[in-house]
Amino acid sequence: VTGGALSNAASWRPLIPELILAVGTIAVLAVGLGRRAASRGWLLALALGTLLAAVAATPLTTEPFISVRQEDPGAMRGLALFGGLLARDGFADFFKLLFGAAGAVVVLSSFASREGRGDEPGDRALGGVLAPAASMASPAAGPPSSGEPRRGDRDAAEYAALLLSVVLGADLMAAATDLLTAYLALEFVSVLSYVLAAFGRRSRRSAEAGLKYAIYGGVATGAMLYGFSWLYGLAGTTELAGVRAALASAPPLVAGTILALCLAGLGFKMAVAPFHTWCPDVYEGAPTPVAAFFSVVPKAAGFALAFRFLVGAPEATLSSDAAAAVVTGQGPATVVASVLAVIAMISMTLGNLAAIPQRNLKRLLAYSSIAQAGNLAMALAVGSPAAERALLVYLGIYLFMNLAAFLAVTALVRAGEGDTLDDLAGLGGRAPLLSLGLTLAVLSLAGLPPLGGFVAKFAMFSATIERGAAGGGPIFYALAAAGVANTVVSVYYYARVAKVIYFDRPRAGAPARLRVPLSLAALVGVTAAGVVALGIYAPPLTTLAERSAMLWRGP
Amino acid sequence: MVIARRAPFVLSGALLAAATIAGWGAPAQAADAPPPPQRAGVLQIRPSSVAFDRAGEACQVTIANRGAGPLAVTAVRVASIGETDFTTDSVPRRTLGPGESVAVTVVYRPRATGPRQSFAALEIEHDDLPGASAGPRVDTIALRGGEGRFLLTLLVFSPLFGLPFLLLWPRGRERWLRWLALAATLVPLGAAARMLATFDPAFARAAGNFGYQMVQHVVWIRAFNVEYHVGVDGLSVGLTALTALIATVAAIGSWSIPLARNLRGYLSLLLVLETGMLGVFVSLDLFLFYVFWEMVLVPMFFLIGLWGGPRREYAAIKFFLYTLLGSVLILLAIIALYYASRSTILVDGTPAAHTLDIPKLVHLNDFDQHPALLGFKFANLVWVLLFVGFAIKVPLVPLHTWLPDAHVEAPTAVSVVLAGILLKMGTYGMLRLNWAILPSATVWAAPVVAGLGALAVIYGGLCALASVDLKRLVAYSSIGHLGFCLIGMAALTPIAVNGAIFQMLSHGVVSALLFLLVGVIYDRTGERGLDAFGGVATVMPRYTAVFALGFFASLGLPGLSGFIGEVMTLLGSLGRFRAATVVAAFGLVLAAAYNLWAIRRIHFGALPERWRAVLVGRDLDGREWASLLPLVLLALAMGLYPAPVLELSAVNVSDLLALFGLPVAGLGGGL
Repeated sequence: VTGGALSNAASWRPLIPELILAVGTIAVLAVGLGRRAASRGWLLALALGTLLAAVAATPLTTEPFISVRQEDPGAMRGLALFGGLLARDGFADFFKLLFGAAGAVVVLSSFASREGRGDEPGDRALGGVLAPAASMASPAAGPPSSGEPRRGDRDAAEYAALLLSVVLGADLMAAATDLLTAYLALEFVSVLSYVLAAFGRRSRRSAEAGLKYAIYGGVATGAMLYGFSWLYGLAGTTELAGVRAALASAPPLVAGTILALCLAGLGFKMAVAPFHTWCPDVYEGAPTPVAAFFSVVPKAAGFALAFRFLVGAPEATLSSDAAAAVVTGQGPATVVASVLAVIAMISMTLGNLAAIPQRNLKRLLAYSSIAQAGNLAMALAVGSPAAERALLVYLGIYLFMNLAAFLAVTALVRAGEGDTLDDLAGLGGRAPLLSLGLTLAVLSLAGLPPLGGFVAKFAMFSATIERGAAGGGPIFYALAAAGVANTVVSVYYYARVAKVIYFDRPRAGAPARLRVPLSLAALVGVTAAGVVALGIYAPPLTTLAERSAMLWRGP
Repeated sequence: MVIARRAPFVLSGALLAAATIAGWGAPAQAADAPPPPQRAGVLQIRPSSVAFDRAGEACQVTIANRGAGPLAVTAVRVASIGETDFTTDSVPRRTLGPGESVAVTVVYRPRATGPRQSFAALEIEHDDLPGASAGPRVDTIALRGGEGRFLLTLLVFSPLFGLPFLLLWPRGRERWLRWLALAATLVPLGAAARMLATFDPAFARAAGNFGYQMVQHVVWIRAFNVEYHVGVDGLSVGLTALTALIATVAAIGSWSIPLARNLRGYLSLLLVLETGMLGVFVSLDLFLFYVFWEMVLVPMFFLIGLWGGPRREYAAIKFFLYTLLGSVLILLAIIALYYASRSTILVDGTPAAHTLDIPKLVHLNDFDQHPALLGFKFANLVWVLLFVGFAIKVPLVPLHTWLPDAHVEAPTAVSVVLAGILLKMGTYGMLRLNWAILPSATVWAAPVVAGLGALAVIYGGLCALASVDLKRLVAYSSIGHLGFCLIGMAALTPIAVNGAIFQMLSHGVVSALLFLLVGVIYDRTGERGLDAFGGVATVMPRYTAVFALGFFASLGLPGLSGFIGEVMTLLGSLGRFRAATVVAAFGLVLAAAYNLWAIRRIHFGALPERWRAVLVGRDLDGREWASLLPLVLLALAMGLYPAPVLELSAVNVSDLLALFGLPVAGLGGGL
């Protein structure tokens, strides 16, 4: 077996992590629909157990991989499953770990956000799962009728099942090596995300978020599907490798049209400009844990798919010269790379500038994540082995810092505060540890050492400059310069969050001490500690990224 | 005794091993992949000891064949970057049968005495695992000799030891917090004293180890070839010691921060700030340097923004954004240098395509020949990026506008640290990176640097003259004083560069003293306006005496430290930049004018009635003496007998200037 495609029958074994997720999802739904006794605690344990089992199964089932080079046993070539529909390789495995971890944190925070509170007006409507959303619900949402005593539990089950399914879909997105699976996985993630965004049923903002997300997503993925149909016509195959080769030899106008159409769908998932417009409204309207989830999982899945689609691994179908060029990332920038570089620059600039006037924290974090997507998109433009590792390292750290920021907002809302910048005023004295966690998260997002965000940015900028120095052309220097300039711009609003927390005086009448549930505080603490730990000692993550990369240095 | 002496080496070896095996998920071998050929030998390297002590000794490395087949060892050699003190006996090409082993003796014999550390790798070329690629495989094992001191690491991180105590100190006993913080700054001060005592001023680059002493060097992030590399030389040792001293002074100077204003947080940030500043001066790896450089930013932002004056928020944000803009330019330059550097080996012997190691960038790379970047000469472009980044920190006119705001708003102790240490990070960074790594670009830009220096001297002097706020006056005087540094550094003569380094130290002492003095009167009256006072000498004579001494030192009165630095820079520069030097000399007149005027306006004349109540009988108290006295004595000592301080830097400045192909004579007998 030398990296060839596995038959359908043999493909199930490497698919164990996904199977665990699928079975777990069904089990959660069944428990939720079943007997009365199924409490939220059971649901939490089941959902969490499923995610952790999938995470644990990922390194345990890597056995059939083949080490491609004996001197470099870390470099793995993946297996092609189901005749080339999916890949099981280090790259996909990295994302499985990432999505599993993010899912576990989000599940925990969603459940934690109800702890310590009974079924309050509005709370019930959300199944008690999403107290933050509950507090946002319109005051018109009166006390629940007593006719549906188990409504909450069933909602909790639905919610957990939806989250698990999105993680499953994201896993498949990261593993897709065929247009068909790519589209199916992307739509799977999208459709379930629409439902999640609208999960705050009594909240008009949540409903609006779901609707906007659905309309925008429908158009974007529709455009992508249209692009895929062109691709199939052009290449005569739906395998990504063959498609990429056909695209490379297509007339520029055709290739450009196809790419524009495909980028609409991929850019929608990644939330890069100019496909980002849904993002602030959806994050603001969706329940906070869901927004946290959206800002990490579907976005990272989008980047995984885009990287496979646009850069990809050196395939047998490519000529050896082309493969070498892909591997080393040398040579002048192609038109595609330039377009991606411009998208990255626009995205980071627009995201950062738009974040400055925001007063709502979730909108601010939404624009911040658009800017971060611009930074991540640098890796797509650069497309070198260093860029791939930088993408993985960046996403690994982004998971911690962005979740820490959103979790802090979750905790804030849970404690009965609003989600605007003004609600943060004087938080330093009212909730010292929460404040510290949020401050570390935003300073890390700004890329200040010794926090993890700096390691991420260092990896990304250095990969970009390396490509420029290797003859890539001035576009890469411009990209690096834009990234650096944007860092300064972003500090303006990130530092303002810290400023409001510590410098401003609390609003009159604000409670002197916030009551934050212990579990939420612990989650903020763990994620913030991860940000610090990865900043001080990054090798565990960088080593993992190196092992997971599809591309590797030339011999 | 032997074991005790060896303990640090064993520990550092363990750290090295931990760094080497970092990461998880050891790759699983394919179940159905062809197993490695059974015939081949399997290499095993067994060091009996890989550490050596200072006197030099031999160690044995055993190369064994654990495999079932023969193992051909084709070469064994010591590989190092630059000079090495390790040698090994030549092992003839031989084939080891299964289970056989051969012992290789490595000898460490330092060619120079002195506090130093040596690093090299033993490379063993063999044919284990053939077939994967043609040619022999090379395995390496790290060698290290000399003094494996943790002194600098202790020095840099010891302020942080105080953090848990500060943060967890019980409520209700907060009055001890200040003593706790003071104690926390005394640890690094002690370490700095030990460092000065150990420092060998005669230790030149030729003595080995690139001229750095008390080095500690391990791999940190392998993926980016980042190493934890700290060490001091003549350029940094004085500033490192000064940092520890100023931090202690600042801790004493913080006594007036009230408990109610979150003293706990204030003192904690002060300690984090100290670690960042110390780290900048001892870092010998660009990544590490940048991390410490930025680590200074956030504590400073909060210190100004939370405990500052009325416009503190504006000043804090302005400081943050301005200096961050400088930092990111430095970051770009660092990455550009990294990718332009030649391949090398890391300290543990693993090969690296590029390096961030400052000594290697200085001595083993020549960036002049690097291809042009975007139509500019590579070295010049990178030089400009670095220079602008550092110039914002110095700050040079016209990038200085954050400084007066930050100083005026910052609390006294923070101003002391800002003027005493932070500004010097800029000039030090120029010497360490611009000057040392890119000498030809420095020569290219030197006239402009000298011109900017002269401009800073005149502009700073004029602004100080026009200031009506005492603190603003001192802030502008800093801009002028550092202008002298710039001129001296640009002149590239031994006297001028040594003078510039002396001027950095002197300015650190004197400006800290001046800000403390401003704080004394501000604490009592809440007023700093020059016109609001008069006749203070009649009620606070001791204060007036110290005040006069400080401001005399600032104007460059002979016998005080300011004189030595300014005269040396001017004398050393006169031959090279006549116009700039002459213009800067006029700055001395300006300095005399504003300093004397400040003394007169505050201390002589009639005391306004409204201050009588708050100033009479409240001359300097014990705590103020404790913070002022070390600086006063230092300013006097450095002015009266500067030789020991000049000696610290002389040898390494000669090394630095040797990079420019300029005369390498030391200070000569002239001093």
